[in-house]
Amino acid sequence: MSQVNRLATGGRIDRAKPMSFTFNGKTYQGFDGDTLASAMLANGVGIVGRSFKYSRARGILGHGAEEPNALMQLHKGNATVPNPRATQVELFDGLTATSTNGWPNAEFDIMQWVGIIGGKLMPPGFYYKTFMAPQKMWMTYEKFIRKAAGFGKLSLEPDPDTYDKLNVHCDVMVVGAGPAGLAAALEAGRSGKRVIIVDEQNEFGGTLLGSKQTVDGVDAAAWAEQATSELAGMANVTAMPRTTAFGYYDHNFLCALERRTDHIGPVALAGTRQRVHRIRAHQVVLATGAIERPLVFGNNDLPGIMLANSVSTYINRYAVVPGQRCVVMTTNDSGYQTALDIQSAGRTVVAVVDSRHAPDGRLVEAAKVAGIQVMAGHGVIEAQGGKKVTGAIVAPLDEAGDKVTGAGKTLSCDLIAVAGGWSPVVHLSCHTGSRPVWQEDVAGFVPGPTIQNQHLAGAVAGEYGLSQALNAGIQAGATAAGTECAQVFNCGDESEGAAQALYLVPHTKPISRAPKQFVDFQNDVTAAGIELAAREGFQSIEHVKRYTAMGFGTDQGKTGNVNGMAIVAKALNKSIAETGTTIFRPAYTPVTFGAIGGRDIGVLLDPARHTAMHPWHVANGAEFENVGQWKRPWYFPQAGETMQQTLNRECLAVRNSVGMLDASTLGKIDIQGKDAREFLNRVYTNAWTKLAPGKCRYGLMLKEDGMIFDDGVTACLSDHHFLMTTTSGGAAAVLAWLELWHQTEWPELDVYFTSVTDQWATCSFAGPNSRKVLEKLCTDVDLSAEAMKFMDYREGTVAGIKSRIFRISFTGELSFEVNVPADQGHYMWQKLMEAGEEFGITPYGTESMHVLRAEKGFIIAGQDTDGSMTPYDCLMGWAVGKTKTFSFLGERSFTRPDTARADRKQLVGLKPKDPTVVIPEGSQIVMDPNQPIPMDMMGHVTSSYWSECLGHGIAMGTVKGGLARMGETVYCPLADGRVLAAEICSPVFYDPKGDHHHD
Amino acid sequence: MHHIYCPYCEETREEEEYSYTGEAHIERPKDPASITDEAWGDYLFFRSNPRGIHHEMWFHAAGCRRYFNATRDTHSYQIHETYKMGELPTITAKTIAADTLAAQQGDAS
Amino acid sequence: MKKYSGFSLFKHSLSHHENWQAAWRSPQPKKQYDVIIVGGGGHGLATAYYLAKVHGITNVAVLEKGYLGGGNTARNTTIVRSNYLWDEASKLYDHSLDLWKDLSQDLNYNVMFSQRGVLNLGHNLQDMRDIERRVNANRLNGIDGVVLNTAEVKEIVPVINDSQDIRYPVLGASWQATGGVARHDAVAWGFARGADSFGVDLIQQCEVTDIVTEEGAIVGVQTTQGFIGANKVACVTAGNSGVMAAMVGLRLPIESRPLQALVSEPVKPIIDTVVMSNAVHAYVSQSDKGDLVIGAGTDSYNGYGQRGSFHVVEHTLSAICELFPMFSRVRMNRAWGGVVDTCPDACPIVSKTSIKGLYFNCGWGTGGFKATPGSGHVFAHTLAHDEAHPLAAPFSLDRFNTGHLIDEHGAAGVAH
Repeated sequence: MSQVNRLATGGRIDRAKPMSFTFNGKTYQGFDGDTLASAMLANGVGIVGRSFKYSRARGILGHGAEEPNALMQLHKGNATVPNPRATQVELFDGLTATSTNGWPNAEFDIMQWVGIIGGKLMPPGFYYKTFMAPQKMWMTYEKFIRKAAGFGKLSLEPDPDTYDKLNVHCDVMVVGAGPAGLAAALEAGRSGKRVIIVDEQNEFGGTLLGSKQTVDGVDAAAWAEQATSELAGMANVTAMPRTTAFGYYDHNFLCALERRTDHIGPVALAGTRQRVHRIRAHQVVLATGAIERPLVFGNNDLPGIMLANSVSTYINRYAVVPGQRCVVMTTNDSGYQTALDIQSAGRTVVAVVDSRHAPDGRLVEAAKVAGIQVMAGHGVIEAQGGKKVTGAIVAPLDEAGDKVTGAGKTLSCDLIAVAGGWSPVVHLSCHTGSRPVWQEDVAGFVPGPTIQNQHLAGAVAGEYGLSQALNAGIQAGATAAGTECAQVFNCGDESEGAAQALYLVPHTKPISRAPKQFVDFQNDVTAAGIELAAREGFQSIEHVKRYTAMGFGTDQGKTGNVNGMAIVAKALNKSIAETGTTIFRPAYTPVTFGAIGGRDIGVLLDPARHTAMHPWHVANGAEFENVGQWKRPWYFPQAGETMQQTLNRECLAVRNSVGMLDASTLGKIDIQGKDAREFLNRVYTNAWTKLAPGKCRYGLMLKEDGMIFDDGVTACLSDHHFLMTTTSGGAAAVLAWLELWHQTEWPELDVYFTSVTDQWATCSFAGPNSRKVLEKLCTDVDLSAEAMKFMDYREGTVAGIKSRIFRISFTGELSFEVNVPADQGHYMWQKLMEAGEEFGITPYGTESMHVLRAEKGFIIAGQDTDGSMTPYDCLMGWAVGKTKTFSFLGERSFTRPDTARADRKQLVGLKPKDPTVVIPEGSQIVMDPNQPIPMDMMGHVTSSYWSECLGHGIAMGTVKGGLARMGETVYCPLADGRVLAAEICSPVFYDPKGDHHHD
Repeated sequence: MHHIYCPYCEETREEEEYSYTGEAHIERPKDPASITDEAWGDYLFFRSNPRGIHHEMWFHAAGCRRYFNATRDTHSYQIHETYKMGELPTITAKTIAADTLAAQQGDAS
Repeated sequence: MKKYSGFSLFKHSLSHHENWQAAWRSPQPKKQYDVIIVGGGGHGLATAYYLAKVHGITNVAVLEKGYLGGGNTARNTTIVRSNYLWDEASKLYDHSLDLWKDLSQDLNYNVMFSQRGVLNLGHNLQDMRDIERRVNANRLNGIDGVVLNTAEVKEIVPVINDSQDIRYPVLGASWQATGGVARHDAVAWGFARGADSFGVDLIQQCEVTDIVTEEGAIVGVQTTQGFIGANKVACVTAGNSGVMAAMVGLRLPIESRPLQALVSEPVKPIIDTVVMSNAVHAYVSQSDKGDLVIGAGTDSYNGYGQRGSFHVVEHTLSAICELFPMFSRVRMNRAWGGVVDTCPDACPIVSKTSIKGLYFNCGWGTGGFKATPGSGHVFAHTLAHDEAHPLAAPFSLDRFNTGHLIDEHGAAGVAH
């Protein structure tokens, strides 16, 4: 295929580097430097897709971020990307693209008949008014609606690419590298400040690249190249093309997406595909430019109707003229430039249709001199054509542009270039809560007041002229950098006549009866739809947006919003300023999920914490459980075992000989200071005044509402030195809690907290032979029952390593914990395993630990408690000091009416009536299983296991008033229909007198 | 994304280093046993939650691990000041209202 | 009220849709009402609707400082379910779910309630214990729900990552098939149109600047449109409840926080149900338009700015890409924030106050949308009888003094 619309010369494309690509299965040629859109236009591609609701044929409207129609399905297989705009896709050799809508294809689409026939029945809000009966049918209707909706498709395969992020700081961040941005960056860069300048396009320059103007006598594009290369030479300036600032967050934090490889191929061959720059800037210069508005007239969505400025850009930058015979419809002088561009590209300008009655000025004169027909006081009221525009119906308008005043005539054409004025790109300025304000003289919304350190330059502030933009830019750069600058740019004569603020070109018929006049192309929102919304009482601009879906598209209304607001304002007889604008939200243009997620996926989603002994556990076949961020051995299966068999073996080893648990994950907080003891008195429920050095004590920690928050054993190492242990998952919260109280309420207490969880490794070994194991390795501590009692602490040497030895037990057996510096943990574990070999020492995991402690009725905070349990609810009143002088945290809450109730849920033991049964954890407990639903639930099963040493199932659970119900039978009705009966009993199933751990 | 000055570190650091820990200057009752359930409930749960100037605590969790106070506008997210535990704010809703009034009167005259 | 139907659409199409009536009037405020409802969001409008419909109280004004349904109603991810843990909460939400089922026909407005089911994933053993507990409680309360294993989750959501080798693998889920989503704006508009048809005055752009009391009783409100009298004032002002309370010197057990949400660009159907995960802080569904609708976490700080911090969104999308590795290449179209009034026990306040005639309905946290009809229904009862509806009684302000909290954190956490 030849590139029928390609000019022989000019443009910023490299004709020496042809590239082939396919669109909808057909192969075409383009050049290096093309966008997919410019290459499609060069090849005369008209229809790029079908519209959302009416399935109308659509072509390319714009040339950048504003494009509403040309949404592509890019690439194939797992690399496919739904919905990028062809205008923002850089061409590479072998690129494949298809339309996102249209069946069987965009050219010959069946759904268009639904649009043509059903369109009348589908005004805005039609679905609110129908499909109501019968209710059951809604989801059937919905299935068809869902199928028809959506644009592109996702692959079902995982993303083959990776993404990353950079945190960066700078003095001056410049968004946009058009004339204003380049000037700002140059000035800030020359001052030596750290500058970042980003632009969404592949090269810096913005409008300069497609301009025929000059800057201080230099061609605009050449000036842009000079400026870019000067910036590139500054070490303090980071210049990033292909990088879109998509979000502006509080305190001058901006996020920018850098597309690193999308211009090279479907997937990154090396490194990351895209990168999010998280930028904290002292000063921000927004030089985001402006977007041309289309005009609203009948059938203004036909392929071949384009923004005038885009037509100029395609001609000047890409050497593509997207038509042979062109009508330019304009409300201002900029349309004339396009007419001149078309003519100098050797194509026919049928007429410039200008809504103004007496246009004059430099460009108007130039057009007239060039022999272009100017139809002043006229408008294109309707376009003609089917799949492509074939003509424009042009009619005279009154001065205000409100009415058609005479007969229309049809101009034959294949391109209508529309210049409806400009909308500043205010999007980023809105993200931090600033509201744009309507500025009558620029006929557009400009950024409103803000508390951010933000400066505006160029078209974003309504400064549309080239020299205006450059001069505003250099001044903004100077202000942001804290310098002064006297430089003034000269771009020759830029005078323009006054523009007319016209949005909707009137038709001979009223809006409701005229051919569809589109406002939002992507969402098929028409002027009639907006009028209807207003008629139905949707008068706030936000209501109109929501009722019609105007601005809800992936273009976020970049071309349509202002026209829509003008139509609303007119329908309500208000000004646009009174009607106001909807607010823009991040992202300015869509951002890949994966890029926002960055590297924090896979194993890096959340760091996994491993103990010093982890390699041993892995080598010995442990299955792991996630506990907080920790990976803890869950159980150590041997070949051929079921999980239950493993647990039975592990538990029996502890009960009969010795087993060992890696307890390193328990939180450890080192507490020092002469008031440490007093501090513990305040944060724990029990008394610490008399705990002697070398002794340990179990403590319960409450929140101020009286509910259990954490628990653990704290050892007194010396009079002013304690070691607190916490639950594995609660360590960080407990440390913050202690620090909170110390720093905010009791700063007078002399106490210091240090997390030492990671500094110590803990081997916990339990069972009747545990002492024998330890005695083999430790000779400098008297470990006899008389010398080292239950809850004693000693320092000693174990296997040659200085250790902390605790005689504490979570299993009910004689048990020791040896703490050693973490880097010796693996060694100590191995030594203990070796020493225990003759006793059959058995490593066990968290599951057996749970069984063993449940046999003893010990709670696990977070499993048996849920933030609604007091110590008394857990039958742990013994752990609450009754005579403490200081009202410890949570104590006051015990006497609140609800906390003092006798019939609160209490944690009791549950013995299944059928000894072979293990009641599922989470079962709800009722007294009468035959009552109708809803049942009166008494509580639930918090922990439940098979106890091999007892030979029956055991459970713990909460039961309302359970303490007073000992011996009563409760029932657990299960989902599978079984009802399991259990007897309420003491939660201490094993060794109720506690002989074993005192041995 | 707040950028917060830690009065202890004397540096402005990213929000992610900090955690927010609620309204500032709520004192624990000196003798909890002597107060009513209502007063205790008020201390536990009831907060002023203003739209505008708020004195609140932040915790430099991934920094110096100190709690400190901030005077922050909960609508604009502007941080007017941060100050150490035990200190009082120099900027309050009242001082801001007075400043605004003075500025307006200044404009008028 | 002119009835909406397929036929009315056809009829109006013949006249080019030029003759549709306004969905509601735009009245001037009267001097005095029986009840003033402050806040024209979903809950306030539902309250007005049921006050008129169920209790026959029609001399009612709804005062809205902005536009109807413009607060959190307009900003949420529209999930409807009732599988809460505690009896009090699950009964209230299930009452709401019952009303949802016939809401479109009741209102003659298609709120697009779509029962596509809700999955709450479990990622560790404690999650699964909690899920078992909650589903068992639901079942015995007559609320539908089952516990699914990983394979059963995969069957319902084929695109989910069911690998057990990932950081937080999916171990199972609770599944409420009767849960789903609805069209949020339509809910507000449907209730507005319904309330208006009974004569309720919906007054927009009318901000309440003060609540006026005499001798400890309500006499009316000062507004930007002048004083309006009423002996009963009901504040249904999510995101501003603390501000309203402060007008009469009250404080509430509420902190107002930003809650963020985002949508992708529209894509062809890929996920049919609602998938929620507390543990990795993400939930997702797909709208009829094709957007992936994703809820992010609550920001930690108080904030009325209707925007939050970026790292919360980053965290959520990491989790989403982990759960759905093919979503990595779709693009975020728009992110936004609402203001949620969070209570210490993650349950609402539907309550009288110490001031006679002043009522609050607030504190719905991150999950108020699903409660819209139920909340309005029980609150209307409370207003009409000056006594709490039995389902609303547990949600009084008193509970923060007695300690009778309904701690739904386990069931609520982040995701709703």
